[in-house]
Amino acid sequence: MNTQLKRISIVVLAMFTALMVSTTLIQVFQADQLAADGRNTRTLYDSYGVERGPILAGDTVIAESVPSDDQYEFARSYPEGELYSPITGYFNQTQGSSGLEQSMNDYLSGTSNTQFLDSLNRIVTDQAPAGAAVETSIDPDVQQAASDALGDLQGAIVAVEPSSGRILAMTTSPGYDPNRLASHNSEDVIAAYDELINDPSQPLINRATGGNLNPPGSSFKVVVAAAAFDTGEYTPDSTLPNPVSLTLPGSSATVYNWTRTSCGSGDTVTIREAIRQSCNVPLAELGMRLGDDTIKAMAEKLGFNQAFDIPTETTASSYPNTNSDAETGLSSFGQMNVRTTPLQMALVSAAVAADGKVMSPTLVDRVTGSNLQALETTQPSEFSTAFSPEVADMLTEVMVNGVANGQSSNAKIEGVDVAGKTGTAQNGDDDPYTLWFTGFAPAENPEVAVAVVIENDANLGHHSSGNIVAAPIAKKVIEAVLNK
Amino acid sequence: MSVDTPARPGDEASPEFRVETGVLATMRRIQRPSRLRNRELLLLLFAFVVNGAAMVLVQLGAIGEVQPGPLVAVAGLAVLVLVLHGGLRVWAPNADPVLLPVAVALNGIGIAEIYRIDIAEKLTGWGAASTRQIVWSAIAMVAAVLVVALLKNYRVLHRYTYVFGFIAVVMLLLPLIPGLGLNVNGARVWISIGGVLSFQPGEVAKIALAIFFAGYLVRTRESLSMVGKTFLGMRFPRLRDLGPILVIWLLSMAVIVFQRDLGTALLYFGMFVIMLYMATGRTSWVLIGMTLFVGGAVVASQTLSYVNGRFRNWLDAFNPDQYEAWGGSHQLVQGIFGLAHGGLVGTGLGQGQPAITPLAESDYIFASLGEELGLAGVMALLGLYLIIVARGLSIGFTAQDDFMKLLAVGLSFTIALQVFIMVGGVTRVIPLTGLTTPFLAAGGSSLVANWIIVALLLRLSDSVRKPGPMVGAAS
Repeated sequence: MNTQLKRISIVVLAMFTALMVSTTLIQVFQADQLAADGRNTRTLYDSYGVERGPILAGDTVIAESVPSDDQYEFARSYPEGELYSPITGYFNQTQGSSGLEQSMNDYLSGTSNTQFLDSLNRIVTDQAPAGAAVETSIDPDVQQAASDALGDLQGAIVAVEPSSGRILAMTTSPGYDPNRLASHNSEDVIAAYDELINDPSQPLINRATGGNLNPPGSSFKVVVAAAAFDTGEYTPDSTLPNPVSLTLPGSSATVYNWTRTSCGSGDTVTIREAIRQSCNVPLAELGMRLGDDTIKAMAEKLGFNQAFDIPTETTASSYPNTNSDAETGLSSFGQMNVRTTPLQMALVSAAVAADGKVMSPTLVDRVTGSNLQALETTQPSEFSTAFSPEVADMLTEVMVNGVANGQSSNAKIEGVDVAGKTGTAQNGDDDPYTLWFTGFAPAENPEVAVAVVIENDANLGHHSSGNIVAAPIAKKVIEAVLNK
Repeated sequence: MSVDTPARPGDEASPEFRVETGVLATMRRIQRPSRLRNRELLLLLFAFVVNGAAMVLVQLGAIGEVQPGPLVAVAGLAVLVLVLHGGLRVWAPNADPVLLPVAVALNGIGIAEIYRIDIAEKLTGWGAASTRQIVWSAIAMVAAVLVVALLKNYRVLHRYTYVFGFIAVVMLLLPLIPGLGLNVNGARVWISIGGVLSFQPGEVAKIALAIFFAGYLVRTRESLSMVGKTFLGMRFPRLRDLGPILVIWLLSMAVIVFQRDLGTALLYFGMFVIMLYMATGRTSWVLIGMTLFVGGAVVASQTLSYVNGRFRNWLDAFNPDQYEAWGGSHQLVQGIFGLAHGGLVGTGLGQGQPAITPLAESDYIFASLGEELGLAGVMALLGLYLIIVARGLSIGFTAQDDFMKLLAVGLSFTIALQVFIMVGGVTRVIPLTGLTTPFLAAGGSSLVANWIIVALLLRLSDSVRKPGPMVGAAS
C-alpha cells in the first residue's frame, strides 16, 4: 500500500500547490487590477485615512490634502481652482475621480509598488500613511497665459516642449472648479456634478485631449505635406494644377479654395504657395495623388488612431480609411471624417520642430515620495520618427512662410520666426466653424509647439477664421514661453 | 518491533552499556514518550503565544484597546488543551507531538478572526459567533479527550465496521426528516436540536464513513483488486465488483439532489475513491470514480439550478450581470477583493475590511484571514494544514495493519480535500461549495468533527508503536 500512499501524498501536495498558486495570483499578480475594480469598496475605505500626496506645477501647489474636521482625516483642496482642473481633475472618495487624481491615484494614495518600502517604513516608525507628490511638467506662467488668452471662448490649448513631449500648458474652456466636486458632502457633490454634466457647454469635458473632437480643417495640410515630402518625390517647389474648382472623381462634390478663386494667377501652383494661401484645391489634388494609405501612414506615425496616456487617458484622434478618391481629397484639407484633439495637433507641430521625432506627450515630470526621494522620473521617450530632418526643414520653411507672409499672419512675433498653420474647419453648411492654429517657435531652435482650437466659430459667425481668432491666442502662449 | 531511539552520547563512551537488555529497552520506551510529550508541550506554548497575540492584535487593530473578557475565555480553552495534553501523557504517551499544537493554533487563529468579524458587525455576548465558537471549541476538545480516553484500542472500530456504516447513513438522513431538518442558505444539511442548538450531522458522518470504508475495504480489497480484465494497460474490475462504488456514488448524488450540498458530496466521494485506490492499487478505480462524479456533476449543473448557478459564478464571476444576480457571484468577488486587498503582508489583524464579504466568519474565513494576514499568513495557514495532513499520511506509512493504514489516510485526506474544496472555492480553482474550512470557520459540528479526527489520528499514531495482533497483513 505504500506505493499508493506515495502517490496520494503527491496528489495532496499538488492540491496544496494549486491553492498556493491561486492565492498568489490573486494577492500579488492580480492585486492592482482587482484594487482598481469599481466594485471594490475596500480601496475607497482605505483612502479615508491617507494623507493624499500633493500635485505641483513648478512651485505652485495645484492640489493638496488639508486636515479636515469631519469624519475623514483629510480633505482635498485645489488652491488654484479652475485654472488647473484640466490637469488635476478632481478627487472624491465616494463619487469617483478624474485627471491626474485618477491616473496617478496609486502614487497619490501611497499604494503603488514603488512605495512599498516607504509604507513599510512608515508602519515600523508608526507614522500615518502618506501619498507621494506628483510634479507636473506644467509651467505656471504659460498655463496662466494660456488660460487668459483663451478667456471665455469655447475651446482648448495645448503647449508642448518639442524635444521632450513635456506638456507646458493645457487649458480647456468652459471649465469647472474641482473644489466643488471634492467636498465630503455627497449631496453637494452630486448636485454640483449633475449641474456640470447637464450643462450644454460640457464643462467636464477636457477639450484639449478628448470630448467630441473636431475636424482639423486646413491645419491638417501640414500632415499631407509631410506625407508628400516624405515620399521624396515632392519638395515645396513641386507644382500642382491650379483650377478655380475641382469636381471630385466619382461624385458631384466640388472643392473650392476659401477665396472662391484660383490659388494665385498661374496654371500651376507650388506646394509652398498653396500652403501659404491655404488653398484647398491643390491640396485635394496632392492628397489624391499620394493616396489614402500614404496619408494615413504619416498620420499614424504622428499619433493619429492612437490614444496616449499622459498618463491620464486621452481620446485618440482619428484618420479613418477613406472609401474613395473623393473622400481622400476632402480628408486632405482636414474635412470628411478626420477628427483630432489639440494635443494631437500640437504633436504634429512638435514633430516638425524636433526634426521629425514624435515624443510621447506627458504631464508628469517626477513622483517624489514622502521622504522627498524621487520614486519615478519620466524619461523623454520617442513615440516614433515620423519623417527625416530634411523633410522637417522643408515643412518648417513652408510653415514659417505661412506665418510671415500668408494666411497664418496673426501669429507673427517681432524678432522671432514663428512656424504655423491655421485651420477653419466646416462642421456642416450652417454649423459654426472650428478654428485652429498649430505651430512652433522659434523656428531655428524650437522651445514650444502649440495648438489652439476654438469651437462655435468664437460666436463670430462665418466671418471668423483660424487666423482671426486662434492665431493671436497661440501667439500669446508662445510669447509666454519665449519671455521666460 | 524495535524502539528506534538513537543511543545517547553517554552510551557511546561506555560500550558496556550498549548491550540491549529488557530493562534498558523499557527505560528508553518510557523516556521517549515523555520526550514526545515534552516536545508537544513546548509547541503548545508556542501555539498559545500565537493565539493570544492574535486576539490582542485584533483588539488593538479594531478597537484600539485591550479588553480582558475575550482573552480570559480563550485562556480557558488553553486550560482545556492542557487537560487534553495531560490525557495524552496518560492514555496515549506515544502519540504524535505535532498534531495537537497545530490544531490548537488553527482553532485559535480562527477564533481571533471570527472575533474580529464580530467586532466589525458589533455583535457581542451569545449573539457573537466568536462566543459560540469558543464554547463549541470547548465541547470539541472534551470530545477529543473522551475519544482518547475511551478508545484504548483502535481495533474496536474495525469490529464495528457496519455499525459505523449504519450510523453514517442515519446521520446523513437526519436533516431530511421533517421537523428536525433545517434549511440554511438553500442547503438541507442541518438539524435543530430542541430548536436551540443546530448541528450538521454530515460532519460527523464523514468520520463514521471513513471508519466504515476502512473496515469494508480491508475485507474486500483482495477481490476488488485482483480480478478483472486488462484494458489500455489498466486492470478494470468485474461488473459485479462495481457495486460498492456505485452505491457510494448514488449516495453522493442523493446528497447533491436532496440536501443540495455539492461540497459534502464531493468530500464523501473523493474520500471513498482515494481509500479504494489505497486499498486496491488500481488506477482504474480512480478513473471510474472521477468519470462517475464528473458525469454526475455535469448532469447536475445542467438540471439543478443551484449547481448551475455555482458553475456560472465560478466561470464568469466578474461579469456584472452575474455579480448583480440573486445568488450570483457578489460574495465570491468580494472575497477575492478582500484577498487582493491583503496583498503580500496583509492589512494587519483588525485593520482590514473583511466584514464586507458576506459570511466572512464561516464560508469566507479564509478570505478574511487572507485579507488581514496577507499572502504570508495564507501560506502559513496552508502550511499548518499540510503538517496535519502529512502527519496523518505518515501514520499510514508506518501503520502495522491495513485497517489503520486506510483509516489514517482516509481521515487525513478528508482534511486535505476539505481545505482544497473550500480554499479552492474561495480562490476560484473550483466552483464554490458550502463546506467549512477545518478548525478556522465558525461552526460547531465542523469543530467537533475535526477535533475527533485529530483525536483518532493521535490514537492511531500512539498505536503505531505498540505491538499487538494485526488486522489484515501490512503490504
